[in-house]
Amino acid sequence: MTQQIRSHSIDMSSVLRGKDAAQAPSETCIKVENLNLFYGEKQALHGINMEMQKKKVTAYIGPSGCGKSTLLRCINRMNDLVDSAKIEGKILLDGENIYDKSVNVAALRRRVGMVFQKPNPFPKSIFENVAYGLRIQGVNDKHILEETVENALRGAALWDEMKDRLNDNALGMSGGQQQRLVIARAIAIEPEVLLLDEPASALDPISTLKIEELINELKEKYTIVIVTHNMQQAARVSDYTAFMYMGELIEIGTTSELFTNPSKKQTEDYITGRYG
Amino acid sequence: MIRLWFKSGAPWIWLNAAAVSLSLIMVVGVLGLVIGRGVGHFWPHQVSQFSYQELNKQPQIIIGEKVDTSITPAAMAKTTGHIMADNEDTLVQYLIKTGNRDVTGTDFRWIQERNIKAHSEPEDLIVIERREWGNFYGQLVEVKENGATIASGEQAWPVLQTKIDETLAIFKEITQIEKKEVGAINYGLERLRLKQRKLELKNAFDDLAKQDIATEKAAFDAEYKQYQVKLTELYQKLRSDSLVAKTESGSELVIPLSKVVRVFQPNTMSLLDKILHYANKVVEFLTDDPREANTEGGIFPAIFGTVMMVMMMSVIVTPFGVIAAVYLREYAKQGFITRLIRIAVNNLAGVPSVVYGVFGLGFFVYILGGNIDQLFFPESSPAPVFGTPGLLWASITLALLTLPVVIVSTEEGLARIPSSIREGSLALGATKLETLWLTVLPMASPAMMTGLILAVARAAGEVAPLMLVGVVKLAPTLPLDGNFPFLHLDRKFMHLGFHIYDVGFQSPNVEAARPLVYATALLLVLVIIGLNLAAIVIRNNLREKYRALEG
Repeated sequence: MTQQIRSHSIDMSSVLRGKDAAQAPSETCIKVENLNLFYGEKQALHGINMEMQKKKVTAYIGPSGCGKSTLLRCINRMNDLVDSAKIEGKILLDGENIYDKSVNVAALRRRVGMVFQKPNPFPKSIFENVAYGLRIQGVNDKHILEETVENALRGAALWDEMKDRLNDNALGMSGGQQQRLVIARAIAIEPEVLLLDEPASALDPISTLKIEELINELKEKYTIVIVTHNMQQAARVSDYTAFMYMGELIEIGTTSELFTNPSKKQTEDYITGRYG
Repeated sequence: MIRLWFKSGAPWIWLNAAAVSLSLIMVVGVLGLVIGRGVGHFWPHQVSQFSYQELNKQPQIIIGEKVDTSITPAAMAKTTGHIMADNEDTLVQYLIKTGNRDVTGTDFRWIQERNIKAHSEPEDLIVIERREWGNFYGQLVEVKENGATIASGEQAWPVLQTKIDETLAIFKEITQIEKKEVGAINYGLERLRLKQRKLELKNAFDDLAKQDIATEKAAFDAEYKQYQVKLTELYQKLRSDSLVAKTESGSELVIPLSKVVRVFQPNTMSLLDKILHYANKVVEFLTDDPREANTEGGIFPAIFGTVMMVMMMSVIVTPFGVIAAVYLREYAKQGFITRLIRIAVNNLAGVPSVVYGVFGLGFFVYILGGNIDQLFFPESSPAPVFGTPGLLWASITLALLTLPVVIVSTEEGLARIPSSIREGSLALGATKLETLWLTVLPMASPAMMTGLILAVARAAGEVAPLMLVGVVKLAPTLPLDGNFPFLHLDRKFMHLGFHIYDVGFQSPNVEAARPLVYATALLLVLVIIGLNLAAIVIRNNLREKYRALEG
């Protein structure tokens, strides 16, 4: 295992070639301030402070159980569903604290879309899956729905495959198609931020490649935060990378910098496979 | 060796297979018994004529259908008082349905094979199904119209056939008028009476109202007079004809045709005739009202009542159970109290059903119904409207009885829905309510249907609580008819399960009714299978539609 990871890290320079995140000035989209999260007695996140840039891809990497997904789920308040979770600190989305009492959680989640590790289409037709978010908002006009569904499916590079099967049950699609459908479903309601929680971990290599290509296209329009286990994937798709360990943010920086010249020893150990 | 065999698991497989076969045999046995006994009831059996002479008695003729045979060993026969000759090993006895209850006082008698001197099946024997006194067996003598003989001997039979068809047509017309038209008039008059009473109670029964009611009443009366004239005429026609028949003992009996349902000569019938007769009888059984304390005729009101009650119950129990399950699973904080409630709900399913009946009678009928009567129907007092057992209370009582089943299976269905689906919906900006309505509940609908199937199966076969809250031996009217408001929830109704009990154990002529018990039981099984199949088809469609995610 160690051998394998080391060989990855050797390849990293070739993956990163031509990548320069700092090429254009960018503005902050999400700002995490002093975030602590407790599951009952146990503290899962320790004083996280970080910023994520608008229309850039930020990747969270780190070993299992380090709190990457937990942090990601804080950004659209998915952790509200866990009864024992208690959150301290702030997350500012465009300068507004999303944990403020006045915030409407449903409205927040419309602005911050999320795609999960396992594809989770609803047992409805492909069309209805993509139209779901709009229908919730009370859009029932057939033309608007059709147009939005088409755009979303095009956006998720699924339109050409699926345009004749819109009324088929979504559960009949392959895993990779399902995951792209879920992405289409998320972008159909035009969020500002897209959270991807290990979106390719349950997929085969070809589907993974398609998802990665898709992420590259989507960052034109959306701020993307992605959690991944696969460091090569982080290197391929992200502009910024954050390394987390044991519930703490160890380091965040441009992807090329973090992978080629990490400032912390722990980061270096992890990406070179000497971790643990 | 044996140990090796045990280790191989073969005995375990044998044991399992044996358990399955045993259950199968029992199910097949029950169905076989019910079908075997019930289905044969409508077949026109041969009628025999026996020359019969008991020891030291006058010879006599016995006419009837052979129903049963019993063979008793000589030794045992002796102990029960039969005199047995030395060379006789067994005593063979036949149960003969001799009918003619009005003449002999019994429908059946046992005869001993050794006393039968001759046995024949004469073609001219007739069977008459009557509206009272059960079947008649004997020979046709003549047909009379207004007391005068119009045909006798050979010609009597064809004349009788046409006469009977005429009479039956008149009878049908009379029933139609009495039930439909006159029934509607009576219903209207009763409503007028209640309206008047209501106005009187409010002290608003002034001259204007008096006039209104009087004119309406006059209209009804006029209409009724019209029908009455017609009815008198029809009754006169109905009563004009009669037939004279000879019984086994040779005495002659006059039977008015108005009392005859059907006459046939089973010994001359061809196979096709018998099949037609059979089909005819089955149709009558399914579509007609019962006669003669439920031991003859059809059981349509019971079928109707059963289905109606089960449907009402489903309509009540499904929303109730689903809402309760949704609260328990989705909203209530999981903890000690929810666990306690769950245990209580599960235990409710084990409470004996008659306890629910008592509760239904005490709470729904007397307390709820009584108060409803006081508040909304003061005009009909002292006669109760809802303060007496009826369809509504029976449905609610059974809904209560089956509620645990629906709650438990709905809860299981909700628990099986993967959390990823809920998160997916919430992540799209849906509220919890929207997530429930748009994804979770539709996906749990097959589980709800499973609960409903179990509930229907249990409710349709339940008898004990129904006896307390609404089922009667004979309901004069169906709970659904053409009189506004069409669905009469306050009415009492008939039920197949209770009908079986009533016919089998409460009727004056148990022996004659026994095949009917099996036929009714068969029908009850079929009705329940039908209701279940309908629900299962719906569930399978839903399952196909909301096939859950793999894994």
